[in-house]
Amino acid sequence: MTEITSLSLFELIKNIKEKKISSNEVTKSFVDRSEKSKKLNAYVTENFENCLKLSKEFDNKPNFDLKLPGIPIAVKDLFCTNEVRTTAGSNILNNFVPSYESTVTQNIWNEGGILLGKLNCDEFAMGSSNETSFFGNVQNPIAKDLVPGGSSGGSSSALAANLTPVTIGTDTGGSIRQPASFTGTVGLKPTYGSCSRYGIVAFASSLDQAGPMSKDVKDSSILLEVVSSFDKKDSTSIDFKRNNYSSELTRNIKGIKIGIPKEYRVDGMPNEIENLWKKGIEYAKDCGAEIIDISLPHTSYALPTYYIVAPAEASSNLARYDGVKYGLRSSGESLIDMYEKTRSEGFGEEVKRRIMIGTYVLSSGYYDAYYLKAQKVRQLIKQDFDQAYNKVDAILTPSTPSSAFKIGEKSNDPVSMYLNDIFTVPVNLAGLPGISIPAGTDKNNYPLGLQIIGKPFDEQTVLNIAYSMEEKIGYKNNITDWWME
Amino acid sequence: MTIDLKTVKHISKLARISLEDKKAEKLADDMNSIFEFIEKLNELKTENIEPLTSIAETTLRFREDKITSNNIREKILKNSPEKNDDFFIVPKVVE
Repeated sequence: MTEITSLSLFELIKNIKEKKISSNEVTKSFVDRSEKSKKLNAYVTENFENCLKLSKEFDNKPNFDLKLPGIPIAVKDLFCTNEVRTTAGSNILNNFVPSYESTVTQNIWNEGGILLGKLNCDEFAMGSSNETSFFGNVQNPIAKDLVPGGSSGGSSSALAANLTPVTIGTDTGGSIRQPASFTGTVGLKPTYGSCSRYGIVAFASSLDQAGPMSKDVKDSSILLEVVSSFDKKDSTSIDFKRNNYSSELTRNIKGIKIGIPKEYRVDGMPNEIENLWKKGIEYAKDCGAEIIDISLPHTSYALPTYYIVAPAEASSNLARYDGVKYGLRSSGESLIDMYEKTRSEGFGEEVKRRIMIGTYVLSSGYYDAYYLKAQKVRQLIKQDFDQAYNKVDAILTPSTPSSAFKIGEKSNDPVSMYLNDIFTVPVNLAGLPGISIPAGTDKNNYPLGLQIIGKPFDEQTVLNIAYSMEEKIGYKNNITDWWME
Repeated sequence: MTIDLKTVKHISKLARISLEDKKAEKLADDMNSIFEFIEKLNELKTENIEPLTSIAETTLRFREDKITSNNIREKILKNSPEKNDDFFIVPKVVE
């Protein structure tokens, strides 16, 4: 039999249900491989012992009706996990142990999943390379000293390296799809309101969404079915009829209309990306889709809008870290002095930069010029998509303007780092579902991804197109285990 | 528009983040390059556009005014950096 850790989630579930392997055997395999993969720095907190214990308990009293029967799963360290340290990649939460569970992770445990560990990420999910984490850089298993993308970089690294069968990330401006693209894996950001934000450390509340990351499209459909739910505890959770995403998954997309937005052909985009996109269009045609040229005229305003809206909301959300109720406290002579020192020592450079931008754009006299302006442009960006969806069912674009870059290459230039999210940010601003699937490689053999964007609440069509194209593309990661000890 | 050192210091006060002079200079540079990039929005006329405040077109739901979690004082205080039995402890605020 192939190695357990290289099986897909679907195959693992099948084998467990057919009693060919036990939950404990599966867990042991992933724990062993994770133990030998410390060089990747994918984990912030390991839950290995407890996971092994719980897998034995599952095997003693198995319930094969569950959707994730005894499956060990590591998650991004942005999800609060009851009694397990949750850091959000920040020094300020270094010792924070939640007394409650996020809805998304609770949904996973309710269906038989077992927490394997908490995965590294950019501090408060602010970053595109995992370099802003207090717990250090994460290695991309594709090649040494390559970033795994971000902010869900520990998640993408662990997934591509077969340290976890699937994982969940969060995506505020591309933080699931970009790292998936950089590691040759699949990442799905659902429609805003599909997955509950309850218990997820908040970054920008009007943009944040959790979603599955997996080795193939089918696995994402299985995990989406588990994590997507209406939740009273999240005031923007939406009560809509959710599909049985995995059983309704089909490769029959004949006649589906896919739009190609001309504005995504940005200046300075490498030929490799352009060619990948062209190939993607051919694959989509081969699958029976009809290709239609569309226009999203306000695309170039999406990033500037995002870099007002996201920092503004972040500065407000992160006001809670004051050194009083939880988290780090630095000593100060007065209350204000204590606040200022705590926040200065507790937050890293990128987080401070964004809090400062956010505070500035919300400050008296500037609100209308920046925040209100950005909200108006956000409306225009959403209207672009609304109009496009009168003509098409989905939209195909590259996931990122480049492949993974080297650690340190962009960390001194915030704007060049931000440009990484140029194709993913508009999707968050409009609250739409989007998936990144691996579609090819660049000249260095680094993976490149294509993005499929859908109508609100139409994750099924997004998944079906991805499932169909995935078969035609036939991409396989070439991982050499170079980091193994 | 440029953001000068004085503005950076003022913003850092508002944000409750203490800032050394050297770091403030670097931050001013970063902020200026980011705002240069943001200024692009001024190309667009938006007078008659309704701002998009929430993508989820839902009205806030009401719930019954009922306590759903009891006796969680200990849990809440557990993560506090400084506390006594029932309270968070902070530096003296009243002279």
